[in-house]
Amino acid sequence: MDTPIRLHHSLARNDGRPKACGAERYAADRYPDPYLWAGALRSGIPCGRILSVDTREAADLPGVFRILTASDVPGTNRQGIVHKDMPVLCEDVVRYCGDPIALVLAEDKAALQQALSRIRFEIEPLPAVCSLDEAMAQGAPLVHADRPDNVLAHALIETGDSAAAFERSDIVVEGSFSTPVQAHAFLETECGVARLEEDGGLFMEVSTQSPFRDRFEIAHALGLSYQNIRIVSPPLGGGFGGKDGATVQCLLGLAALNAGGRWVRMQWDREESFRAGYKRHACRMNYRLGATSDGELVALDARLWYDTGAYAHLGAEVMELGMEHAGGPYRIPNTRIEGWCVYTNEPVAGAMRAFGVCQATFGIESMMDMLAQRLRIDPLSLRIRNALHRGERNCAGVRLETSTGIQPCLETIQAHPLWKTRDEWKRQAPRFRKRGVGVVAVWNAAGYGGGVRDAAIAKIELCDDGTFLVHNAVSDMGQGNSCAFFQIAGHILNQDTSRIAVKQPDTRSAYPSGSSSAGRTTYTYGKALITACERMKARLINRAGLVLFLQDDDGIEMEPGRIVHRPSGREVSLQTLARMMQPEERVILSESLAPTCKDVPKTAKGFFIGFPHVIFGYGAHLVRLEIDERTGEAAIIDYLAVTDGGRVLNPAMFEQQIQGGVAQGLGYALMEDFRTRQGHVITEDFTTYLIPASLDTPDIASIAIEADEEESGPFGMKGIGEVAMNGPLPAVANAVADASGRRICEGPITAERILGLT
Amino acid sequence: MTHRLHFTLNGQAISHPCDPDCRVIDLLREQMGLTGTKEGCGTGECGACTILVDGTPKLACLMVAAQLDGKSVETVESLEKSEEGRKILQAFVEHGAVQCGFCTPGMEMASLAMLRSGRPLDRMAIRSGLSGNLCRCTGYVKIVDAVAQACKGTDR
Ligand code: FES
Ligand code: FES
Repeated sequence: MDTPIRLHHSLARNDGRPKACGAERYAADRYPDPYLWAGALRSGIPCGRILSVDTREAADLPGVFRILTASDVPGTNRQGIVHKDMPVLCEDVVRYCGDPIALVLAEDKAALQQALSRIRFEIEPLPAVCSLDEAMAQGAPLVHADRPDNVLAHALIETGDSAAAFERSDIVVEGSFSTPVQAHAFLETECGVARLEEDGGLFMEVSTQSPFRDRFEIAHALGLSYQNIRIVSPPLGGGFGGKDGATVQCLLGLAALNAGGRWVRMQWDREESFRAGYKRHACRMNYRLGATSDGELVALDARLWYDTGAYAHLGAEVMELGMEHAGGPYRIPNTRIEGWCVYTNEPVAGAMRAFGVCQATFGIESMMDMLAQRLRIDPLSLRIRNALHRGERNCAGVRLETSTGIQPCLETIQAHPLWKTRDEWKRQAPRFRKRGVGVVAVWNAAGYGGGVRDAAIAKIELCDDGTFLVHNAVSDMGQGNSCAFFQIAGHILNQDTSRIAVKQPDTRSAYPSGSSSAGRTTYTYGKALITACERMKARLINRAGLVLFLQDDDGIEMEPGRIVHRPSGREVSLQTLARMMQPEERVILSESLAPTCKDVPKTAKGFFIGFPHVIFGYGAHLVRLEIDERTGEAAIIDYLAVTDGGRVLNPAMFEQQIQGGVAQGLGYALMEDFRTRQGHVITEDFTTYLIPASLDTPDIASIAIEADEEESGPFGMKGIGEVAMNGPLPAVANAVADASGRRICEGPITAERILGLT
Repeated sequence: MTHRLHFTLNGQAISHPCDPDCRVIDLLREQMGLTGTKEGCGTGECGACTILVDGTPKLACLMVAAQLDGKSVETVESLEKSEEGRKILQAFVEHGAVQCGFCTPGMEMASLAMLRSGRPLDRMAIRSGLSGNLCRCTGYVKIVDAVAQACKGTDR
């Protein structure tokens, strides 16, 4: 107690204790008394025309309150963050197996289930396109009639003259790669509660990454005034991008509009989450990389195809970010990067940690090793030699004016015993085992990128009792931004942990501050909070000066719970001060705007928004693994992630984020493979869709490079929520190639693929 | 159909009228307001709903209320009340083993059973003991660290 909170220390998370005690209330923990259950009937087929939906029999069942279909939806009945092409309830056609066609409100779960099974509907199946190949084939059926060739977006990045540069290259390597669909698999499935308030407004408490945007989505889809919608976002039981955008929101809003003022609750079960929740885009890539004989990168040609599934969601933006990163954190003067985002009748893909980037990283980082092998240079030296420096142009032609710490990351690996002792370690492989070491360089943009305002409005309040309340406006899905805000406020106001609290987003009391995504959460809101806290401090010192009869601010300082005048030792408690101030005087708002690129190169065509980015997190990863020659199984022995995230605000939380990102990446690398068969999901539980458990995950070592502080960031930091996810898949592929000589170009890298059986 | 169940819940004798076929997870969360026990899958695969029944870890999503009759049940809400529980809580908080926190109650209950077993536990044994509990956020390292600390010096 009374020890002021400090930044750059491993302060235990402020939400750790309530979460550990089981006292934290998530959206999933809301059981208003009484409430109606809401549940959606899903199409079950990938593509078809709705001929009829007959709800009469179901509606007559005891316990069934209401059944709604598309004709009951007021408003546009369309949702989607950028492209609004996704119906709340389908009217005439269904485009994937999770498309909702009716919404049931029932007194309890049993009645809900019964009603869902008694709704009669007829859907005439139409030919479906269930893969990139099928969707791109000549004359393929169209998923959306107004999207020729099933293309949602097509874009191009060109720098220099890649055709000529390939001619000049001494060595050209080529490869084709593919990555699977990954599910977010957060433990708290999509859920929320809602009701109409007495004044007719819609209130919703929901597991969401974007409470302020939700209001627009719901208002648009249901024809409501967005001022009449209030969203509360308690801590999320995981998000990773899968709760960025409407999941239950519009359905829940529709249910509340028809519940006669009663509470409604919706929670998808795990199966529904797998079927109807957003996914990571499957991707196909063709790469060519040209270099001089002494290992200088000269030219890159990359073509990327992203499968967005049945609706756009954030597909185009995901593809564009992937393209922006397709050349890795390297200096490649001549590039041609082309991307397509393609509709299929598959589950909807959307945002997921490392938004389109982890796919492309698999491509470029595999290519780098293939090139190193051809050049007979060690793969780490090749990377160091070509690593980007501040002031240079990246593969999208953008000059890097912000911290660019990739070289120190790579050099840290080079100096590390896990790298230095690799040959000896490999020689000591036990019988029937082969050992391999893989290294990769990774990067990931932070922030929304060009064309989207990346802004936040922070709010801090001095409460009656003299404590401070930070009104967080960007959801905390577990990444710990609210603890960072807790720390920032405590640090600036010089308060101890008992005197700062953080309130999670409520659109009524907080102010629009964007989504919890894009590695911008702590960065953007944190910057706004710094000014808010500084102004609060100035205001309180001013007020204290008045009370203490001091003519200027000299020697007045904030201390936990009070303000003291050092020279005289006189003081006034924050509580006393608070009681002397008007409520509005005790609140400070302050806004921030993330930097944008002032010198946008004319290298990108077909981009709508999000180009270019100016701040990137960087990292270098090393993996040591052992392959069992008899079973093909790869066991991860060591994993080291070195990360440049600028100055670290909380080392323990930094490590948590890196370890979590690497673990999720190892799942993507080794086992996670969301599968469908003719558009039907066949991995719809945790026995068929495997994510890493404790025995599958090694101890993950994390080192932070703090040499290169990000001057624009709050206390020198930049976001690292995503960068770690990019490393494992290519690192494992490179290590497997090192161990066995077999390069695997298709993820995940399963035992069957290592043995060459598939 | 309603029956009266008798069991001990977090040290307190309970007599509760309920449908004996009701899932234990719903009984605890909805009827008793103990929402600390989480549901991640409902089919016995994620471990988020782990509770202790007569000291043994059980999955509350796979049990029905009738199975609790005459038993002693412990949920995450009881951790603060016992020495061992507090050790686990403290270790999870200190080590940053909590991110989104949704897996945490189940992890802690599985850890509590390990701690009480008094077996010597190296990191591998801890990982085995937690292998039925999925966590999507932490990568498990901090969780293993926390359990290792909590189990230190338990040599019963
Ligand atoms: S909810 Fe019981 S094991 Fe997942
Ligand atoms: S902390 Fe989020 S699932 Fe474990």
